This record gives sequence, structure tokens and C-alpha cells, in this order.
Amino acid sequence: MSETVAQTISSAEEAAFQIDRVRQFVDKEIRPYTSEFDKEQLIPETLIKKLANNGYLAGNFPKVYGGLELGPLDYGRLTEEIGRVSPAVRSVLTVHCSLVGESLLRWGNTEQKEKFLPGMASGDTLAAFALSEPSVGSDARNVETSYTKADKGYLINGKKKWITMGARADLLLVIASCEDQVSAFLVDSNTEGIKRSQIMDLMAGRAAYTAEIEFDNVFVPENHLLGNEGGGFTYIVNTALDHGRYSIAWAGLAVAQEALHAMVKYARKRKQFGTGIYNHQLVQEMISNAVVNVEAARALCTKAATLREEQHEDATIQTTIAKQFASKIANSVANDALQVHGANGFSAEFIVEQLYREAKVFEVIEGSTQILQQVIARHGLTRFHK
Amino acid sequence: MNQKEQVRQFIESNLIVFEDEADLKDDDNIFQLGYVNSLFAMKLLNYIESEFNVKIETDEMDIKNFSSINNIIALLDRKLGVTE
Repeated sequence: MSETVAQTISSAEEAAFQIDRVRQFVDKEIRPYTSEFDKEQLIPETLIKKLANNGYLAGNFPKVYGGLELGPLDYGRLTEEIGRVSPAVRSVLTVHCSLVGESLLRWGNTEQKEKFLPGMASGDTLAAFALSEPSVGSDARNVETSYTKADKGYLINGKKKWITMGARADLLLVIASCEDQVSAFLVDSNTEGIKRSQIMDLMAGRAAYTAEIEFDNVFVPENHLLGNEGGGFTYIVNTALDHGRYSIAWAGLAVAQEALHAMVKYARKRKQFGTGIYNHQLVQEMISNAVVNVEAARALCTKAATLREEQHEDATIQTTIAKQFASKIANSVANDALQVHGANGFSAEFIVEQLYREAKVFEVIEGSTQILQQVIARHGLTRFHK
Repeated sequence: MNQKEQVRQFIESNLIVFEDEADLKDDDNIFQLGYVNSLFAMKLLNYIESEFNVKIETDEMDIKNFSSINNIIALLDRKLGVTE
């Protein structure tokens, strides 16, 4: 056996082993309790610590900062495994590792990386991305939260809303504007002048500490500016949302995959008219559609991972395509999975109830389906005209 | 192909214009003219870093450095140590 082949097999075994470990972790620590998290609208601190101890809060970080240094494909698979059983726990990875972690890795200076990333990896510092506002969603360039220059720093004023993990996070990456400049700041959530409240009883993400956050003359030291002044939208927001979309693509696939499993498991067990309902052709149609859609979403996510690994110029648009498709089919597969379950599908006793509720949010966050369709159409118009 | 032609070709392949003969001048501000969307700023940055093997530092992360063909070439000249 050549050394190259041996190395390939060795790394494949290592990757498979890691995913097995993730599955074991998820089955033991998350799956039995996911309805409980949802009902109580929280993620237990003990679980957050266990996620950190296994490296899952820094899967994509370099080892030097305490991370697992996973490539895009393995990081996507990690996201999928956790997202299958708990979209809320998966959302920790999306905001902490993808949105904030990747923005820090890309645009943070050495001092900022050394200050924040090890604490994020250990779970001592949970991070959230504070962009959306009561009046600002898709139109992110026009954030109304403002900043002004102060002695040795900045003062932030305004209100953020729908901030995933916002009520729990220790560190907030806040996007604010000053006249026509948009900038990004690393803000300690315990700073004086910050008031946070969890938005309760949401249809999705109940355990994800979604929050409204008010900033009243919040002082941020000048060395907590991420990137340079004015680069907040063009570079930081675009970097963060690109990584966020990649995470949500896998999150959509995760919900669809879990819904497919639930649908098949139930269809094989449930009997009506004297036979298993899997024998009914219209049930088979739903299973068939789910299988095709899950396979297609997986192919798109995997292609996005490959292009990201290569740092290919089409990595961003491929990620957008994967997110747009996976988020849509998460809804259709979860919808059909609930249909197969009939009345039982409305009970929290079956995971399809939660998957159905959680799927819809994927079409809204990190670029709504409609915004992404415009982006994809423009890509098509520039790419395929000859 | 020289650097300027390479950069021009890359930008032109990403222009959101539908006239086949869009006349992009070396000093045209591609962002102000609406020729590209905001995602292109990141794509352009990644292209410059990988194609010309340079690392754009945070203090160079100014949209002005990337707003026209001439500004990009000036940045590359500074990065690669080319003197007039």
C-alpha cells in the first residue's frame, strides 16, 4: 500500500471516528432531553460545558486556539449531527463558531484572537452576533444602532432584536453605524448600559436564548473594534453571513435527514387498513420525495464544502445555493414527515413536531429565501449568458 | 496577460450589466455604478489574495482600495513592492 493511500485511509478512519463520537455524544447527551430544553426554553450549562470539553464549541478553530481544526466538510457534518436532534444546540455552533468565530479568525488582529478565541473554545465565553434590529432585517446595511467616538473608545446606542443566544452570550459582535460608516465591535455583554431580555415562547428556537438587547451609552474600548472603521458591512457582515449561511445549509439538511428517518420509522411501524402504511403508494410518494431532496441537499452542501476547502471563487455562491435549497426542503420534508405521523405528529412525544416548527426559521435567517433567490438569479444572469 | 488585464477580466466576468459592451473604464467606481453587489467585495478580496498571493491586512481593508481597476492595481503595486 502506498504511503499516500495509507494516509488517505487513515484520515478517513479518523474522520469517521470523529463523527461516530459526535453521534454517541448526541444520542447520550442531547437526544433524550431535546423536548425538555424546548419546554424549559434553555440549554443546560452542564451541556454547554460538555460541548466545550469535546471541542464542539471550536470545531472550526485552529488547534492553537483550542479548536479541532476541522475542515469545512467535517465542520458541516458536526453541525448536521447536532442539528438533527436539537436545532437550538446547533444554533450555538452557528452563532458562536460560524458567525462570530469565523469573523474573528478572518478579521481579528493577533491580540483580539488571543484574547477571545481560547475562551470561546473552552466555553467560558459564549458569543452571539448582534446585527438584526426591530426595523432592520434583510436591509442590514442600514442598521440604526449607532456609535460615536469617545475618549479611548466608542459609545454605542440603540436596540438589537432577534439575536440568537443573545440572552446567554458573554461576548456580542455588534454591528453599528456612524453617519455612513458601518463598523463591528466586540462587546462584553456585561458592560454597563446593556439590557438584555429573552424573547419567550417563539415558534422556533425556544431554547436558543433569542433576545432583544438595548445599548445605552455602552462604552467599548478602541481595541475592540473588529476590522477597521467602515468595514463593518462590506467585510465583517458579509464574512459572518457567508459562514452563517454555510452553517444553516447543514442545519436544513440536518432537519430534513432527521425528518426522513422519523417518517420512515413511523411508516414501517404504523398499521392502517390492516397493513403497514408504508404499503400505501401516496405515503411512498412522500418518502420518495424526501429521499431525493435529502440526497440533493447533501450533494449541494458537500459541493459547497469542497469549494470552501479550495477557497474557490464560487464558494460563496455555492454556499448560498446550498442554503436556499436545504432550507426549503427542510420544510417540505418536515411537513411530509408530520403528515405521515397524522395526529401523533402534533405531539411533542414525536420529534417531527419540533422539526416542523424549527424548519421554517431556516428560510428567514442568514438571508431569506427571497433575498437569496435574487442573489442566485444575478449569479445566473452573469454566468450563463453566453 | 498582465495584472491589469487579469483584474479587468475578473471584474468583467462578475458585472451585473446586461449590455454586452459595457464600457468599464480603469477609474470607474464599480461599487458606486452598481455594477456589482456587496457580496462581490468579498469575492474580489479572496480573488486578489489567492490570484496574486498577497495577504490584505486589516488597515488595507478600505473599499476605496478595491473600488476601481486602477485602485486595485495601485494596491497590488504597493503590496508587491513595484515602483514606478
